[in-house]
Amino acid sequence: MSSATTSIMMAGVGGQGIILASEVLCHALMHAGLDVKKSEVHGMAQRGGSVRTDVRFGDKIYAPLISAGAADILVAFEQLEALRYLHFLRPDGLVLVSAECIAPLTVLTGPHPYPESIPDRVAESGAAVQLVDAPAIAERAGNVRTAGIALMGALSNHIAVPAAAWRKAILSLVPERFRDVNLDAFRRGRRAKPRGLNAP
Amino acid sequence: MRFLSGNEAIARGAYEAGVKLAAAYPGTPSTEILEALATYDGIHAQWSPNEKVALDVAFGAALGGVRAMAAMKHVGLNVAADSLFTISYTGSTAGLVVISADDPAMHSSQNEQDNRHYARAAKVPMLEPADSQEAKDFVLEAFRISEEFDTPVLLRTTTRISHGKSVVRLGKPVSAAPRHFERDTRKYVMIPGHARPRHVVVEERLERLREFSNRSPLNRVEMGDPSIGIIAAGVAYQYARDARPDAWLLRLGMSYPLPDELIRDFASRVKRLYVIEELDPFLETEIAAMGIKVRGKPPAMQLGELDAGAVAAALGGRSPRTQPVADLPGRPPVLCPGCPHSGVFHVLRKLKAVVAGDIGCYTLSVLPPLECMDTCVCMGASVGHASGLERAFAVAGDERPVVAALGDSTFVHAGITPLIDVVYNQGCTTVIILDNRTTAMTGRQNHPATGRTARGEETHELDLEALCRACGVDDVAVADPYDLGALEQTLKRAISARHPSVVITRRECVLLTRGARRIPARVIEDACVACGLCLSLGCPALGGTPTGPKGRLKPVVAVELCAGCGLCAQICRHEAIVMERI
Repeated sequence: MSSATTSIMMAGVGGQGIILASEVLCHALMHAGLDVKKSEVHGMAQRGGSVRTDVRFGDKIYAPLISAGAADILVAFEQLEALRYLHFLRPDGLVLVSAECIAPLTVLTGPHPYPESIPDRVAESGAAVQLVDAPAIAERAGNVRTAGIALMGALSNHIAVPAAAWRKAILSLVPERFRDVNLDAFRRGRRAKPRGLNAP
Repeated sequence: MRFLSGNEAIARGAYEAGVKLAAAYPGTPSTEILEALATYDGIHAQWSPNEKVALDVAFGAALGGVRAMAAMKHVGLNVAADSLFTISYTGSTAGLVVISADDPAMHSSQNEQDNRHYARAAKVPMLEPADSQEAKDFVLEAFRISEEFDTPVLLRTTTRISHGKSVVRLGKPVSAAPRHFERDTRKYVMIPGHARPRHVVVEERLERLREFSNRSPLNRVEMGDPSIGIIAAGVAYQYARDARPDAWLLRLGMSYPLPDELIRDFASRVKRLYVIEELDPFLETEIAAMGIKVRGKPPAMQLGELDAGAVAAALGGRSPRTQPVADLPGRPPVLCPGCPHSGVFHVLRKLKAVVAGDIGCYTLSVLPPLECMDTCVCMGASVGHASGLERAFAVAGDERPVVAALGDSTFVHAGITPLIDVVYNQGCTTVIILDNRTTAMTGRQNHPATGRTARGEETHELDLEALCRACGVDDVAVADPYDLGALEQTLKRAISARHPSVVITRRECVLLTRGARRIPARVIEDACVACGLCLSLGCPALGGTPTGPKGRLKPVVAVELCAGCGLCAQICRHEAIVMERI
């Protein structure tokens, strides 16, 4: 990142663990000595709705929200949500997209088809795309619900935060009995070779 | 150092300020303030039935000599406004702070009101923090102001402050010894003869507060390029700073009363003066009324939230504006798989009922595919709406059945008085209390009818059936919303009765019973005729695939989502969905 402030948007579906994953990211950044701001929207439905979290970090952060065309990285926990929030990415930004697809009710009940070849469509916009098979990584770690932390592992390769800060964040935020599986999911996500479309 | 949301920071601030009592009713984006406060020892934190009760209790505590706080969302202050306007006259023995959490862009609200107007209307000071650190620090300052000036203080946040998180440096709790309550009827009993002289005190107090505002470090000038000067408060300050790091900036931490001299001085030093604010042109109007030439925002920016890009554009700059991808399938909020409300609305649609709705998860039944709600205005309004609709239909000769539908928490909040009205004025309204044993939409908070406190401790459980009977409703029925046949019979009978009736549909919110073992629904392929009736339930665990005759949709059960409620199996007319193990 060239600018003093980095903006990361996370998008997905309620119930996917986006809030916890973004919390881990923010704590890792704070442990690395950076100023961090996060903004999230909750309320309305508890499950199944579109969820977005904005994270901005650097030496000194003012605005908590990312403007359209200003995100450096978009982390999509679900493919359709990658398309929905794509306009927040800067033109040469990076998209990390999970392989997971969750059909919204508008698709489930018939009227709309779920869009096809989403990663290719995202790449056509000019963005660098990395497809991360987060659910499979999480399953190998031993719990499919750690997919969000696996994505943070993949994200950790793109931001300069020491591994110890990530570890400290996970240890402080995840309940004790889930610590090992989350640490494992993070490591596996960090080591995984994502499928790249457009070289970053 | 802690990474806290604005709401968590407010709770921490209250703890550091030595608050002894806090009361609230849950409402996005304010809910987490009381949830966080309930985790501190030494503070009595309570959910009240509504915001007015919360404020009255907090006022009583402050009157009794301990620092107290009431927290609510913007529309909650409408409910509590009656008390606020007179508490402004009385003041209190110890500090009293009222939190108003506004929701620009209506992420989870029915309107987009700007509660800065309440500060002016009730003649009380208002502070506006711009991040979590200030949210904590300003609570302490608000208590100091409250006690120095003998006034309740409004502390206003917006969604981005409440639910935004940033790094907070913690402080040590101050010791606030209880003060002694002195009987003073001329100050605390607001009969007209006592209130008139108190109004004079309030006006004098406002002048002293204006002086305070002029010299308080809450309002500060950040020097820069004098060709552009910006006045901003709250989160708008952050957007302005991001958009124009070079500009002169007057940062207002106190947005009422305004520091008039400071503003005049600032205006005289800059070439062009802008005001950047979310929602209404509140500062702009006040500053223009001082005779200062000021540029506000374009009228379109009175709608919704700001961001740095929009602010840069308003200040005459350019920002990269990209377009969203068109024609994507929406992902609207949905009722959870197994939600007990789904079946109730399915039956009401079948009965072709006009449904006066209310505020809660069930408001989502207005969206496809349920599409079964006709009004939704504010907490508890459904009962009055149904009563009025019914009388109008009688005049108009409209035969459609009318019901009011509201949740258990909403009923306790503001549904009891209109139910009394129905009985007293000899109406025959049917009220459906969708009792899922919690305040579900804001994240499952307790209320008087759950029998649990804010800390989850056992307490007296309000008996809704007995309460309705005490209001004068003799016809009170309890129905299981998972038994559609019996529910339909109960509702039909209640609706056709010529007297007031209450039907309580009672099943725990599925999010309260997660982890229970369930048998998921199973589709019998050969029996399914792809009629699509089950899909009209709007269950997220039931997807359609075009494998039926002529490409019609056949249901597929997402086994990991299915709550095993059996509603789809009951709706199916072809016995093509079963609830049994394979």
